[in-house]
Amino acid sequence: MAEITIAATLENLDTVLAFVDQQMEAAGCAMKLMAQVDMAVEEIFVNIAHYAYHPEVGEAIVRCEAGGDPFQVVVGFADRGRPYNPLAREDPDVTLDAEQRQIGGLGIFMTKKLMDDIQYEFQDGQNILTLRKKG
Amino acid sequence: MTITKNLDNSALRITLEGRLDTNTAPQLEAELKNSLTGVTELDFDFSGLEYISSAGLRVLLAAQKVMNKQGKMTIGHVNETIMEVFEITGFVDILTIV
Repeated sequence: MAEITIAATLENLDTVLAFVDQQMEAAGCAMKLMAQVDMAVEEIFVNIAHYAYHPEVGEAIVRCEAGGDPFQVVVGFADRGRPYNPLAREDPDVTLDAEQRQIGGLGIFMTKKLMDDIQYEFQDGQNILTLRKKG
Repeated sequence: MTITKNLDNSALRITLEGRLDTNTAPQLEAELKNSLTGVTELDFDFSGLEYISSAGLRVLLAAQKVMNKQGKMTIGHVNETIMEVFEITGFVDILTIV
């Protein structure tokens, strides 16, 4: 599985997306699947950049593997920031109108809906989040 | 992301190309802040927009709230991927997608 270690900052979002896209493109991933994975990767990486080490800056490891039959994309994130399970967060109410809408939590909610499977574990001082999506 | 604006009296058409994500959403937010005074019709053209993240949704929601008070807002030419995001987040019920 290919991986990069990178400072978890918003400036590095494009680098992370380019890394993940590169793995998916090399594996002949369909455009729609790539876009869905990109959205999920953005939400997770931005969360790490915003919260994991705040107000300090720390590193994140991003791993990506695409391929197989059936085709599957797996993206893993690891950071040594404060322990945080984003899956434990309550889903936002997506039936409220514009005036009542609370926008927080929408990113992780989108990620849950867009991916087939998300696993979180805290292991050896690391937050490890793994996304899976079949093509 | 490229933002193109076209103002015709009080009707503003905004064409977006590229990705409306965490890093580009503030650009659109700033443009809207400076552009919506006196606008009664706001039309977004998404034919060149590939992708939207929750940061992009946040800006669209803010624009919708402004336009609810002063006119109407529509979004056209939404691709399949972005439509899926609007559906799962319930934004299909908040926005007017044409």
